[in-house]
Amino acid sequence: MGQRNIDGKLKTLTAKSSPVRRLQNLRAIRAAAFTYAGALLLGLLILAPFLWLFITSISPRYELAAAPPHWAPQHPTFLNYQKLLNPSGSAAFTSGEIPPFGEAFKNSLAVAVAVTLVCLLLGSLAAYALARARSRSADRLIYLTIGLRMVPEISLVIPLYILLRRFGLIDTRFGLFLVYASFTLPFVIWIMQGYFRTIPRELEEAAAIDGCSRSQALLRIVAPLSLPGMVATGLFTFLLAWDEFLFALLFTATYSSKTITVAISEFTTRHLIDYGLMATGGILAAIPPVLIALVFQKKIIQGLTAGAVKG
Amino acid sequence: MEQFKGTRFKRSDWGELRWILPFVLPAFALIALVILYPFGLAMYYSLTDYNLMRPLSRSFVGLGNYLEILRSGYFWDSLWKTTYFTLLSVGLEFVLGLWAAVFLNKKFRGRGFLRALIILPWALPTVVNGMMWQWIFDANYGALNGLLSQLGFIKHYVIWLGEPFMALNSVIVADVWKNFSFIALLLLAGLQTIPAELYEAATMDGASGWRRFWKVTFPLLKPSILVALVLRTIEAFKVFDIIYMMTKGGPADGTQVLSFYIYRESFQFLHLGFGAALSFMVSVGILILAVVYIKGLYTEVEY
Repeated sequence: MGQRNIDGKLKTLTAKSSPVRRLQNLRAIRAAAFTYAGALLLGLLILAPFLWLFITSISPRYELAAAPPHWAPQHPTFLNYQKLLNPSGSAAFTSGEIPPFGEAFKNSLAVAVAVTLVCLLLGSLAAYALARARSRSADRLIYLTIGLRMVPEISLVIPLYILLRRFGLIDTRFGLFLVYASFTLPFVIWIMQGYFRTIPRELEEAAAIDGCSRSQALLRIVAPLSLPGMVATGLFTFLLAWDEFLFALLFTATYSSKTITVAISEFTTRHLIDYGLMATGGILAAIPPVLIALVFQKKIIQGLTAGAVKG
Repeated sequence: MEQFKGTRFKRSDWGELRWILPFVLPAFALIALVILYPFGLAMYYSLTDYNLMRPLSRSFVGLGNYLEILRSGYFWDSLWKTTYFTLLSVGLEFVLGLWAAVFLNKKFRGRGFLRALIILPWALPTVVNGMMWQWIFDANYGALNGLLSQLGFIKHYVIWLGEPFMALNSVIVADVWKNFSFIALLLLAGLQTIPAELYEAATMDGASGWRRFWKVTFPLLKPSILVALVLRTIEAFKVFDIIYMMTKGGPADGTQVLSFYIYRESFQFLHLGFGAALSFMVSVGILILAVVYIKGLYTEVEY
């Protein structure tokens, strides 16, 4: 009896509130529409320029000179890729129209990998000591590192140029490696000392009680634990080195050391502008960092926030 | 810095120095070689009339270069352009980045895909970004003119990079497109550390979406925002690559920002002494920003 009464009341209630519910539904639909409109906008904003770069790279030259632009090429071709990746047979290469892209790619790779590995090693050692030290001078060194990261490259360009020239290191990969350390090394020390602080000291103290020396404790306990941090930092350092342009522009002269960023800039300056070829070069230069960013997204963001947010 | 007791390693300062030194020495020796010594050298050059055209007749001119800079119209002009570039691009990047971060923190289908996409502009090399936008802004065959005229927004093609002020604004657009993603990534990471219970509590108390944002999200996100803003401000103040790629400082010096002015004085006119003084002044400006940054870093938030 009582139950039926309640059911009846409920029925009238829902019946009464049905316009309210319809309004709620309407609001939910509107909110969803807003969300997906936003998603579409953001997706387009990010992808459209990339897409246009790709379309440009597969368009034949005459189609790029069309107004209005051919949003989809009528005769897509991979000729530009072939020209850049296998230039030996192409006439444009021998006439000097195309910078030797492969050489530039190799230079970038060599310099970026070397500077990443060396700075990761030296920087992590220093960072570990600074993270574990308790004296004021160690604190000051940490602040110095943060300050050093802020030193603008442009203020080092003149003295570095003079120094490299004096030691015959202009236009060498080794010279680039040295000057790249000026921005990668402080970066590594800064991030890694923050990372080492997250590893509890007690582990090393326990090892010390067991008779380990400082370096044994570092090698057997800290190193394995800090490996994820080192990988994140290393990937990030590689991206920084790959992206570098100013030093490479000023301290190189030939393709024995010119990096990929310089090669890209030479498409526009020295030769007749062939946007299709340029876009292709841009895509090829972007592949390593974009792949790294997509595959190691979590690690990169971890490095990004660790480097920026944690001191 | 944290204090701790009871370590079994050597405790005296001297003892600490003895074990620290072998660890820090290689790194700081390299730093001394590639940063500290060159920086000192730049300071010295800034007091001379060093000119690569006549490198042997270098004489000491005291603060002469600095006075000349302060009297130079080019300096004030490029300082103004750098400031305009920095304020406008960082401002737009912040608004767009914050919107993207808050948006990507909501739950909806396809969020994972968009979150993966947002890293792309940041990952694209700066030089490639400059080249890409130069092509998009191309006056005759560029995608932007094509699109805008097909949609009926413009009747005649706009010469985006051919007029000084328009060129500066076009470069800003290119810079914003690349770097809003950096701010979005940083702020999204910051948003994810805010406990969901806080929102639930705020909702229970009847707070609306906007109120939740201003009273919960914004205060807790402040440290991330500060870091993102200061880092981007420093980077924008140093801008060079994208200018070199898109406009080379032109047209009519319309995009000649400070870094580009230093580059031209030093490596086109070969006035190394003057260039060194200029770059030293820029460094001081950036170091002031850096101090603000470090101060901001060490303000903690409490939940």
